[in-house]
Amino acid sequence: MENSDQIIQYILSGLSNGSIYALIGFGFAIIYNATGIINFAQGEFVMLGGMLTIFFLNVFQLPLITSIVLAVAVATAVGVVFERLAIRPLKNASPLSLVIITIGASILIRGAAMLVWGKDTHALPAFSGNDPLYLMGATMLPQNLWIFALTAVIIMASKLFFQYSIFGKAMRACAFNSQAASLVGISVKTMVLLSFMISSAIGSLAGIIIAPLTMTSYDMGIMLGLKGFCAAIIGGMSSGLGTVIGGLLLGILESLGAGLISSGYKDAIAFIILLLILFLRPEGVFGKKETERV
Amino acid sequence: MTKEQRDILIFTAFGLVVLVTPLLLQGNYLLNVFVFIGINTMLAVALNLLLGFAGQISLGHAAFFGLGAYISGILTTRYAIDPWMAMVAAAVCVGVMAFIIGFPILKLKGHYLAMATLGFGIIMYIVFNETVAWTGGPSGMSGIPNLALGPLIFDSDMTNYYLIWVFTLLTMLLSINLANSRIGRALRAIHDSEVAARVMGVNVRLLKVQIFTVSALISALAGSFYAHTMTFIAPASFGFNFSVELVTMVIIGGLGSIYGSFLGAAILTLLPEFLRVFHDFDIVIYGLLLIVMTMFMPGGLIGGFEALAAAIKRRKEA
Amino acid sequence: MSTKTFRVFFMFLLLAIMAIPAGAAEPVKIGALFSITGPPSFLGEPERNTAQMVADEINKSGGLKGRKVQLVIYDTQGDPTKANQAATRLIKEDKVVAIIGPSTTGETMAIIPIVEKAKIPLISCAAGVKITEPVKKWVFKTAQNDALAVARIYEQLQKRRISKVAILTVSDGFGSSGREQLIAQAKNYNIQIISDETYGPKDTDMTAQVTKIRGSQAQALICWGTNPGPAVIARNVKQLGLKIPLYMSHGVSSKKFIELAGDAAEGIILPSGRVLVANFLPNSDPQKKALIAYVKNYQKRYKTEGDHFGGHAWDAVMLLKGAIERGGDTPAAIRDQLEKTKGFSGIGGIFSFSPQDHAGLTKDAFVLVEVKKKKWVLAKE
Repeated sequence: MENSDQIIQYILSGLSNGSIYALIGFGFAIIYNATGIINFAQGEFVMLGGMLTIFFLNVFQLPLITSIVLAVAVATAVGVVFERLAIRPLKNASPLSLVIITIGASILIRGAAMLVWGKDTHALPAFSGNDPLYLMGATMLPQNLWIFALTAVIIMASKLFFQYSIFGKAMRACAFNSQAASLVGISVKTMVLLSFMISSAIGSLAGIIIAPLTMTSYDMGIMLGLKGFCAAIIGGMSSGLGTVIGGLLLGILESLGAGLISSGYKDAIAFIILLLILFLRPEGVFGKKETERV
Repeated sequence: MTKEQRDILIFTAFGLVVLVTPLLLQGNYLLNVFVFIGINTMLAVALNLLLGFAGQISLGHAAFFGLGAYISGILTTRYAIDPWMAMVAAAVCVGVMAFIIGFPILKLKGHYLAMATLGFGIIMYIVFNETVAWTGGPSGMSGIPNLALGPLIFDSDMTNYYLIWVFTLLTMLLSINLANSRIGRALRAIHDSEVAARVMGVNVRLLKVQIFTVSALISALAGSFYAHTMTFIAPASFGFNFSVELVTMVIIGGLGSIYGSFLGAAILTLLPEFLRVFHDFDIVIYGLLLIVMTMFMPGGLIGGFEALAAAIKRRKEA
Repeated sequence: MSTKTFRVFFMFLLLAIMAIPAGAAEPVKIGALFSITGPPSFLGEPERNTAQMVADEINKSGGLKGRKVQLVIYDTQGDPTKANQAATRLIKEDKVVAIIGPSTTGETMAIIPIVEKAKIPLISCAAGVKITEPVKKWVFKTAQNDALAVARIYEQLQKRRISKVAILTVSDGFGSSGREQLIAQAKNYNIQIISDETYGPKDTDMTAQVTKIRGSQAQALICWGTNPGPAVIARNVKQLGLKIPLYMSHGVSSKKFIELAGDAAEGIILPSGRVLVANFLPNSDPQKKALIAYVKNYQKRYKTEGDHFGGHAWDAVMLLKGAIERGGDTPAAIRDQLEKTKGFSGIGGIFSFSPQDHAGLTKDAFVLVEVKKKKWVLAKE
């Protein structure tokens, strides 16, 4: 009996962490779909969200909601500046240079955060208390509900955005064939900028909503960013349900692995899954196969 | 002067400078830094074969470096095997391993390849940390013996300098020859267009795996040398950060240029010495350097020099 | 000018030239290696701050026998390679007479061969037992052995008749050294480790590990790590309703921990240096004066709490000061005098070195402290 209780708890913990990975994975997927770039600095926007909120909250003594809005706004602005200064000037850059540039940006943002806010870890108060909720003998925190809710809202919003809005359609067109898109009068540049804006906004929101659980420090973005990327890869780099399922799957496997196999190799499990997926189904578990264009 | 003659001349001049340098640096701490520049040059040249010539990125090369160091360390401290034999064993093990994982990994391209190699690097880093009984875990492994040739023990900066640089020069020579051979041309063809290379009859897949193997093998050798000169190793030296540092060395120096790799390795190894004044700022400067170099000097420093030389030549002719 | 006056003038000039170096004596150069950046910066930053503060205080109050102390500080970023290069530079370029640091056991082990060969005394600020066991001629350390902290916890567990424990350690140098000691000493106290889990330094959720421990028969949980991991664990323990006593290491003995863990910190017990509970100590405690002064000065200068880790650097600089004042500033004399240090009341404890013991502390260096109403207080033995 004890054992089944444990399994339920592992799964519930896995789902909670998995939704965090999914949230972060979204950011990767949106930029990748619009530009074909994998933004290695995505994790830093997650960090920025948390750190900026705490900064506005503690230093300027602003209310939580104002702090959150300001934090997302500033993080989005950083995303815009990054795109303008480092991505846009590069025309026809090779994937290699883009990987290096985004890595450079992540080091730069992390370093700047360390200089501005120091190396301490900070905790954000939970949005609605810390009393655990019980579900079939397992527990989770109210903050987990906030994370689930935000994930759900973002899926629906992105679905609506990409299906129905003119910008969303234009972005999909760019992802499909940017040359053709520009021929029909879509400004590819604007779409790239827009994708960076959306993804840094989502990344920072994710960082804010998870901060009460994970706490936040200048270097928290690296590992979370990579896990989010794993989620996006498992989901086939979709900006919809695929990434969510990828994230939840990753979270559950990790949690079961840590509980039943070995906690020391917990992170290794995530990356072994990543490698297996890349080797066996590079289009993701749910993606469709594509033929290479020459 | 033919290109080959020029290559020989440049290499000889470079080698002479390398061999004379320590005589000017006797008793100076920089000699110690130059030993590490040698090891990093070996690594950067190895990565450049993959990155610069074949155009395949790896964000996990620190893992091969670490594997070489740990295999050498474990064999010599726990099984009392001769360091030179251990070094050969490490290189062979890592070579075989790279050959096997090379096939699935190099099927991937671009960002996916970057991510897969990164994942591999992180998995190995976790293994170094967790197999405490073998590696000593996060606090490291000490007491690794120095290399020796008969009565000559390589335990000072001066002896280590010559030991490391002889092998670094050999690595560079090998790579220069490789670049100028049929294989080198085939690799560059892959870099430009894989499909075109395949059409011309290059066995693209095998060639990529082979160069990956050679690159991993040299990295493992560098790891062994590192273990025997430091006599201490810990996982912190073989993490993701170091993989990125290696890629940076290659990019700053210039993709596809062997001397560029040396330049990149030298700059990045010396950089902390200059940036010590800035203390906390060096991480920011480092990130900035990476972005600016990639944006404005895609050919690296060597590419920049060449462009400058060409511009001067044009002006003279005009 | 006659020849005679010229001669007198010349004599004066000569005397003046000779007098200059005697008046403004060369500073005593001491090297310092700390991980100011990189993952162990939680150690290196307070250590650097403290060392700088202590050196300035010494200089303000007249220096070492009239000579100024000059600290040459290099950042090692937690990387053994950088520690190696920086140590070489300190010895060959800066020609320091002694080195304090590095912050971690790994980096210390990496530079031991260098200082032993160059015959420069090293006072490490790292805790690993293997730094001073076996004794190395030139190597001392100020951080309390993890073994002593473990002994403190196990003693109390024995008194509480607890024999089955679960351990949850972080997979970095700090955690693995603690884990080693927890496992090694368990037998001596009739304690059985029935669950041995680890977590990564950047992990943000440990409910899986805690769930596993909840399902075991453990009567107490010992967690070994540094911020923020243990704070997450404390919250996870509370969330999962695990009711067994929770012990932690001196790695989180700071106000920061209570701030991060919030309500979940209540009742947690851990071994700590006395710095955390300086105000609660009886006036007879020989360390009390130094502790209170340290906390006050650090607060004044850096606007944050002076902690346990900074204390390692305080001890190192002050030990050097004592040794230099007694025996002069040649590396060999410093080493000999360090070894003869007896009963020095520092931040980490009362140090007495000997040729057989270069760590110098007993388990009295630790006291057990407990979180009560969001404050650290001395725990009941």
